[in-house]
Amino acid sequence: MKISFTLNGAEIRMETAPDRRVVDILREDLGLTGTKEGCGTGECGACTILLDGVTKLSCLMLAAQIDGREITTIEGMAKSGELHPLQEAFVESGAVQCGFCTPGMVMAGAALLEQNPAPSDDAIRTALSGNLCRCTGYQKIIDGVKQCCRKEHEKKEPS
Amino acid sequence: MNDSQPVRLGERTSRFDAAAKVCGAEHYAIDHYPEGFVWAGARRAGVAHGLLRSVETAAAERIPGVLRVLTARDVPGTNRYGIIHKDTPVLADTKVRHAGDAVALVVAETKEAMQQALAALVVVIDPLPPVCTVDAALAPDAPLVHEGRAEGNVLVHAVIEKGNAAAAFAACAAVVETTFHTPVQAHAFLETENGLARSNEDGTLEMIVSTQAPFRDRFEISHALGIPFDRIVITAPYLGGGFGGKDGATVQCLLALAAVSVPGRWIKMVWDREENLLAGYKRHGARLEYRAGALGDGTLHALECRLYYDTGAYAHLGGEVLGLGMEHAAGPYRIGNAHIEGWCVYTNNPVAGAMRAFGVCQVSFAFEQIMELLAEKLGMDPLAFRLKNALLKGDVNAASVRLTTSTGIVECLRKIGKHPLWLNREAWKAAAPRHKKRGIGLAAVWNAMGYGKNVRDSAIAKIALGEDGGFIVTNGVADMGQGNASTFAQIAAALLGQNAGRMRVIQPDTVSALPSGSSSAGRTTYAYGNALVKACEELKHRMINRAGLILFVDDDRDLRLVPGAVEHAPSGRTIPLDRLASFMKPEERISMHHFVTPVVTDLPDTGKGLAYGFPHLFFAYGAHCAAVEIDLLTGIIDVAAYATVTDGGRVLNPALFEQQIEGGVAQGIGYALMEECLAGEGILRTPNLSTYIIPTALDIPSIDTDWVETDETSGPLGMKGVGEIAMNGPLPAIANAVADALGTRICHAPFRPERILAAIRESML
Ligand code: FES
Ligand code: FES
Repeated sequence: MKISFTLNGAEIRMETAPDRRVVDILREDLGLTGTKEGCGTGECGACTILLDGVTKLSCLMLAAQIDGREITTIEGMAKSGELHPLQEAFVESGAVQCGFCTPGMVMAGAALLEQNPAPSDDAIRTALSGNLCRCTGYQKIIDGVKQCCRKEHEKKEPS
Repeated sequence: MNDSQPVRLGERTSRFDAAAKVCGAEHYAIDHYPEGFVWAGARRAGVAHGLLRSVETAAAERIPGVLRVLTARDVPGTNRYGIIHKDTPVLADTKVRHAGDAVALVVAETKEAMQQALAALVVVIDPLPPVCTVDAALAPDAPLVHEGRAEGNVLVHAVIEKGNAAAAFAACAAVVETTFHTPVQAHAFLETENGLARSNEDGTLEMIVSTQAPFRDRFEISHALGIPFDRIVITAPYLGGGFGGKDGATVQCLLALAAVSVPGRWIKMVWDREENLLAGYKRHGARLEYRAGALGDGTLHALECRLYYDTGAYAHLGGEVLGLGMEHAAGPYRIGNAHIEGWCVYTNNPVAGAMRAFGVCQVSFAFEQIMELLAEKLGMDPLAFRLKNALLKGDVNAASVRLTTSTGIVECLRKIGKHPLWLNREAWKAAAPRHKKRGIGLAAVWNAMGYGKNVRDSAIAKIALGEDGGFIVTNGVADMGQGNASTFAQIAAALLGQNAGRMRVIQPDTVSALPSGSSSAGRTTYAYGNALVKACEELKHRMINRAGLILFVDDDRDLRLVPGAVEHAPSGRTIPLDRLASFMKPEERISMHHFVTPVVTDLPDTGKGLAYGFPHLFFAYGAHCAAVEIDLLTGIIDVAAYATVTDGGRVLNPALFEQQIEGGVAQGIGYALMEECLAGEGILRTPNLSTYIIPTALDIPSIDTDWVETDETSGPLGMKGVGEIAMNGPLPAIANAVADALGTRICHAPFRPERILAAIRESML
């Protein structure tokens, strides 16, 4: 089938099988390999993308489900060479080790901050609990989200 | 990193690799989809033990898009690989020995065609009784997992003997005896085993693999398939996790076989999560029978233990894993009399191999509970009892090796003893809410660094000054996420007075890099780092010398490297590095150095059955403290807080140090509370991540990471490896905390709620 959707701000039209997984469309067909696959069955969160601003697991979605929708992947988070504040905070807080969970974590963390700019530790842990990380013990990822909140807050209300 | 300043050691700086990873721009092996690539996939046996009668390929071959269907008959070479024991077939020939054995390989134009073909294969296996436990494997009439072995199912049996343990018990005022069980753990790295291969017209075999040991992989492929190893070129990009599970061949031989059978095409193989859990390596499950005694004054005096490690269907590094378990079996303590006996046995369970804390986290569970039990019997404070017996530099450990390198366990224990978690334990426990009980537990642990005796541990560093005045470090040891590549850049930048922007690290490939061993054993930064320090010194010396020539200065002491230039300090004159580079010939601008890790020279007269990797000269140490709250109604354990103090020598970058410790603790908490690969009759009952559960952000508390800085004078800038040590602490610390809370001890891990509930019922009797 023919589908069209917005991907990181750009219009995409393509011919694809309706049951092609979105993670394969992104990675294999469009070369956006920042979105990772860690399980293919909805358990790890490595394939997290934003669909109309809401986190979704791209390994569980099929082509037909993105027709006419707006997708953001990790490649769309940095704007004109500037890292997204959460990406920057992840770099600074040491949230990245092997980095394989990182794109999914950034998407999940950024979606949380959109809804709740000052989440509690518990809220952060809950929001990220669908994203597995085997390297970090999560501490520095949580620190990264908190650091990002702090900096954004300071930007808005310079003391 | 702040780019205007030269990089310094000991400072908390961001990782060089973080920016690319956080943008999704880093290309892991799995991210490669070369033009015109095709897919390869393996058919797994699905039966734990049996005779392989036939593999019917005709129907699979007829499926459109299928390029080749391969069975053992198509394997050139020996069809066997294995790091020390060459006992693993690429494709099973006469027998299957575990359910994850590969029996056939399909190469197809599309993934769908590959999957259809794998399903269309008709595999006929005559089942044999599976050998599923250590006891079944050691029974006199046990079926043999590997036919024709005189040793039966025993892969390695060895004894470490010191003093006279049997006689020493008589003098003991306290004697305790307990048997412990530890589970099979999966590495569960997020990037599953995968790679690509292409066989070229010129006879070379090119591969991109998610591997911890690209250089050793060549030998494995060469031995199994009869391909000269110098024709095999392997690139190891950043790994999406490894933890030991990618140390040893996974996809390598299968991919190489597919490539030589379908030459000229890039062939991609990716194990999905189910295949990873079924066929991937695991941590050895173990049974540990301990008896230990202490004198009335609190001196640890006698230990007798028997350790049984289940290595599954193939050896991998099972004997060496057992060896480390035995070497660490008495804990980081002085003990006069020890009889430590171990068996590593073949079964039809999933293959156990290398995993972070290689054989050591099993015995940590045992000896740290034994220490608590002894302290209890003696009426001593558990911390004081540990401190009294903790190893000091100069002591002889239970393996009869004199400790001549940095030994910081006493400092670790002292520091954990001052931690608020420990100091305020009574108040915290007393504040437990209704239906909950709280407990605090300690653990003192150690972990050898380096391969050990008879396994040459060497690395060759290579650094070059580029034409543009930047520096290129050619990494020889794969970076599986621990950040060694970043640390190499940090070391080189600091020694050469440069800022981060001037450093580039190339990830290993077997052409550009020099053989530097595997990414394992806590040895990566130590071995390669030592080589790199020397390589940098030599390069710096050459650059200063050449700058002196250009600037007409003959006293080297007046010249120094500053970001982007060599400066003549007294006059302030400089020569930019790109200009300096243009004055140097390419071969002058490359500096290499070969480092070999020292080994124990004064060898103990024991442990004869441990041929490879025994004993060790270097150890990292740690003291852990866990605070748990147990729900008496559900049996659920909440690890409420966790603190660690580690001796890893000098800390080059606190951020990376903490990453290793926190990550190790998290894996250890998973090991303690939930992780267990369950195989019933050799068939995995935890085939995916919804049945094999690993910790999420909700399961791990905030972890307080501290350290004591000993100076490991042999290490690069005083450091020693800390990749493994933290994994050893959580299981015993949590076990001790649970015992503290409930007043009853659980010797069977993991502590799933049903086990806790049973213990609660028992404690109420
Ligand atoms: S790959 Fe989609 S949740 Fe794991
Ligand atoms: S950084 Fe490796 S899985 Fe999260």
